[in-house]
Amino acid sequence: MLKINNLHKSYKMGDSSLHVLKGIDLHVDKGEMVAIMGSSGSGKSTLLNIIGILDELDSGEYTLDGIEIKDLTEKKAAQYRNKFLGFVFQSFNLINFKNALENVALPLYYQGQKRKERQEKAMFHLEKVGLADWSTHLPNELSGGQKQRVAIARALAAEPKLLLADEPTGALDSATSHEIMQFLQQLNDEGKTILIVTHEEDISLMCKRIVRLKDGVIMEDKKIKQNRL
Amino acid sequence: MIELGLFREVFQSLNKNKLRTLLSGFTVAFAIMLFTILFGIANGFQNTFNNEFNGDANNSIFIYSGRTSKAVEGYQTGRRIQFDNELYNTIKDEFNDDIEFITGRVYKNVTASFGTEKSNYSVRAVNPDHQFIEKSEMKQGRFINPLDLKNNTKNIVIGNLVVEDLFGETDPIGKYLDLNKIKFKIVGVFVERTEGSDSNEARVIYMPISTAQKIYGNNDYIDQINLTYNPLLSEQEAIAFGNKVVDKIKDMFFIAENDQSAVRARNRARENQEITQFNGVLAILVLIIGMGTLVAGVVGISNIMIFIVKERTKEIGIRKALGAPPNSIILIIILESIFITAIAGYVGLLIGGAVLNSFNLEDYWITDPGVSTSLVLAATITLVIAGTLAGYIPAKRAASIKPIVALRDE
Repeated sequence: MLKINNLHKSYKMGDSSLHVLKGIDLHVDKGEMVAIMGSSGSGKSTLLNIIGILDELDSGEYTLDGIEIKDLTEKKAAQYRNKFLGFVFQSFNLINFKNALENVALPLYYQGQKRKERQEKAMFHLEKVGLADWSTHLPNELSGGQKQRVAIARALAAEPKLLLADEPTGALDSATSHEIMQFLQQLNDEGKTILIVTHEEDISLMCKRIVRLKDGVIMEDKKIKQNRL
Repeated sequence: MIELGLFREVFQSLNKNKLRTLLSGFTVAFAIMLFTILFGIANGFQNTFNNEFNGDANNSIFIYSGRTSKAVEGYQTGRRIQFDNELYNTIKDEFNDDIEFITGRVYKNVTASFGTEKSNYSVRAVNPDHQFIEKSEMKQGRFINPLDLKNNTKNIVIGNLVVEDLFGETDPIGKYLDLNKIKFKIVGVFVERTEGSDSNEARVIYMPISTAQKIYGNNDYIDQINLTYNPLLSEQEAIAFGNKVVDKIKDMFFIAENDQSAVRARNRARENQEITQFNGVLAILVLIIGMGTLVAGVVGISNIMIFIVKERTKEIGIRKALGAPPNSIILIIILESIFITAIAGYVGLLIGGAVLNSFNLEDYWITDPGVSTSLVLAATITLVIAGTLAGYIPAKRAASIKPIVALRDE
């Protein structure tokens, strides 16, 4: 599903450059649920952005579902993001003037689907996250947990191969966090491949595999017994 | 690329961000409104100016005589110059090609009475051509004709205000009017189309010039010669022609060439030239005003577009993360810009027009103010193009921001 070999990435900070990722090797198979752990500055978000084709790598290889992700045009990158990837962010990143249903339907709009089709599919995914009754509500009328569930529904709407979650519980209290994680586990049970970036130990224990990053290299990569919710 | 869904996106974005839409719309509407008002006022001013000079034919030359101010060939200064039929005929024959209409004028003040009504009027004894030089419009009957002139008839044509003064509801045609104890038959009534309320022109009594010469002095004197030059002459040629006529008169009456007071001519060609110059200056002024307003509008819409794109950076990032191609980002922003500009431009035009119409501006030298639709359309299109460009540059930049950077934007 996902193969990364000897990945390097550095950022220019004025005159000096900051070497963030220093040779990452990572293989993720279909159906895995992986937690990427690390303290801030370890490079875990950068790694997620590169995997999410939101950022470009400097050197190394990255293959997603058999396709090499390299030197893409903006248009191509947008297409791959839409087709292969679903994003869940810490700050939800819902469009605040669109209601829940419209937010969920947006990736389908960029797939060129018909309006009716989009709305049906979006409704289906909203139902799946248990927010069918909230479909006409704007994001600021929803609680944090609800917002994140809308975001998950949106990430799933395009039926991506890989779900990327950047600190999905970072802005939520622990009860809501568990609720979201439980849902992600459920999705994983259904076969969805999920990558979660987190710095919380208990969240990582709810995944099936933990990859620990420190100073831009992988310190530890182990499968664990999943802490079921 | 452009399809219904895109428009739906644009409408939603405009509708859900009302304040933003209103603010940007306001700038454009205000610019177009100012443009309409300023242009309208300038046009109204120009209309007034043109109307002011519409009383007489705009190719007329009026020639007056006076007293000499320079001694020449043994003649003393202060000699009175008296025009006469000989001069009239000489000018008429010699400049036949360049003259459209020509008339002499003899002035006389009279007391006119009809029944018990009585009042003072000025008589202008003229040739038939006078009607076309003064642009007198016949309300009833006819003007003085060549037969009147030939037979020295006692026929007169009176202004509509003379009729009001003396006749009231009575039909004056065929009635006899008593002028200084001599009875004249009324053959016509004219109305003067002079702008403004120059009622004196409508209180004039016209009679055949030959009749007046015979009755009021038994001579062939003429007080003034009015003519219109061939309309085919350019202003330059018309001015030269006027000078030639004056030179001819000076020659005939032994007047020094540089004598300014013995013969004077008022040549409309000269005034026309001044009007043309004035209109030219006004047009430039209007152009500057218009351009200034438009530039202000363009700057306004540019600023707002930059602000809008800045404000929407995060949204753009989200859209890109969800798979929006860069073109769709540019398109949605530009379409919004075009839409706001076009609608707001139209609103500005309506408001501007309403403002122009709601004030009575006649008192301020502004007649019939208005702006041609095509001009406003051009102005709006200019703003739309400006809005597009103003939107395109930041939109292009926004579309090329890496989504990760855009998403981080708070």
